[in-house]
Amino acid sequence: MNAVSQVVALSQRNEAIVVDGLTRRFGNGPAVLDQLNLAIAPGEFVALLGRSGSGKSTLLRTLAGLDPVTEGSVIRPRDVSVVFQESRLLPWKRVWQNTVLGLPGANQRAHALSVLEEVGLGHRVDAWPLTLSGGEAQRAALARALVREPAFLMLDEPFAALDALTRLKMQKLISELWGRHRCSVLLVTHDVDEALMLADRAVVMEHGQIHTDLPIPMDRPRRHTDPRFEHLRRVLLESLGVYDD
Amino acid sequence: MSGTLIRSSSPTRDKGLIRHAPLSRFGLLKRYVSPMLLVLLWQVACSTGLLSTHVVASPFQIALTGWTLVKDGTLQTNLLVSLARAGVGLGIAFVAGVGLALIAGLSRLGEDIVDAPVQILRTLPALALVPLFILWFGIGETPKIALVALGASFPIYLNLHKGIRSIDPKLLEMARTLGLTRTSTIRDVILPGALPDLLIGLRFAVGISWLMLVVAEQVNAESGIGHMMMDAEDFLRTDIILVGLVIYGLLGLISDQIVRFFETILLSWRPSHRAARSA
Repeated sequence: MNAVSQVVALSQRNEAIVVDGLTRRFGNGPAVLDQLNLAIAPGEFVALLGRSGSGKSTLLRTLAGLDPVTEGSVIRPRDVSVVFQESRLLPWKRVWQNTVLGLPGANQRAHALSVLEEVGLGHRVDAWPLTLSGGEAQRAALARALVREPAFLMLDEPFAALDALTRLKMQKLISELWGRHRCSVLLVTHDVDEALMLADRAVVMEHGQIHTDLPIPMDRPRRHTDPRFEHLRRVLLESLGVYDD
Repeated sequence: MSGTLIRSSSPTRDKGLIRHAPLSRFGLLKRYVSPMLLVLLWQVACSTGLLSTHVVASPFQIALTGWTLVKDGTLQTNLLVSLARAGVGLGIAFVAGVGLALIAGLSRLGEDIVDAPVQILRTLPALALVPLFILWFGIGETPKIALVALGASFPIYLNLHKGIRSIDPKLLEMARTLGLTRTSTIRDVILPGALPDLLIGLRFAVGISWLMLVVAEQVNAESGIGHMMMDAEDFLRTDIILVGLVIYGLLGLISDQIVRFFETILLSWRPSHRAARSA
């Protein structure tokens, strides 16, 4: 069993994520999360933006069950997966073993193989993680998250450490995978373009609260040339404190 | 977009390996030239009478004596005795060191109970315990094996304990989000992560066990390489003493190679491994 279950209430599979009045402070300092409310519908893709120190990571860690809920409540599905900025693969296990780590049942290799194929890593199943490139490692981390068939997928700046080209490819991959799996997604990112390309909704955090909640009503596949894109981009940047002159 | 972010980690790593390999092969050859010359000089000094054989025997004489000792079986008998002492002592040290490190590394309570006494004991020079060990265990095999076991347990304990405690917390967090059980976390994350440190500890332990053995066998022994050397001292046989030294040196070298061999097999996942080995 996951250690999470005592602190986070579990909803049924494919049920929504509901954060209600979540407050979190470290010691006697100011609240990192301050009466935060957030709801994510089943299958919805939400991008979470905010400046450093705005509480994004704390919120994600609480949703992931890594931090306890001390004030307020969190309801989320039982099956969740997290992809971090670093792949966090075990260097001493081959890629496919990392993918199915901790999963019960026989024929795990075949299971791993099909998911790795899906994320475009079919040619590196037997590789050692330390021989992977940054993009390949994140694909493996993504495979490890997807193989658990999560109802809720959390992505914590998963492409921040990748080069620009690889990042674009990974965004495309995420978009495809989400189209197929249709799980709820919370993507923490600093990249406004990334949020606009991928998410149904962008929320901006400031001082531990949701400060802006912006629907992104563009059709997929999305293009930077879409006139609405430029408008939404400006709105998001302004809510992050960046103004065009 | 941030085009300057493009990383090139794998190409540089490959280049480093390629450049490294031929250099080290050439360097290896060069490294042996100087010691060979020194041995040659030594032989010349002995042959011309510059160096008295009472001070040091010539390399040729050492080789000859070594061969004689092999032929009459003296060397093998003493070597086997020494090997057994070191082997048994090291075995005990391994079990004790690993056991204590697991207790201290995997539970806070265990650390409170085990770590402080071990840290205090390790500041004692183990060799200072020789008189006490002889009083306790007499002059048989026990004090010698106990001395090896005591000296060799510390590096195994210290390194494995450090290895367990310094597992990347991000990996442990990952294990939690994957819902791994405690057993699986220990088996799949903590122990493999601490293995490199355990092997470093083992290498130190092997070195220390030979050191302990040298002292134990020279203080009070009726057999073993150390005893053979002390015997030779009474007869001013520098050649036999030097044979003993060579044997000790070879034993140290071979046992170190054996541990390195285990490292190559057990740590094959480390891309830096080849570079680390030749370092």
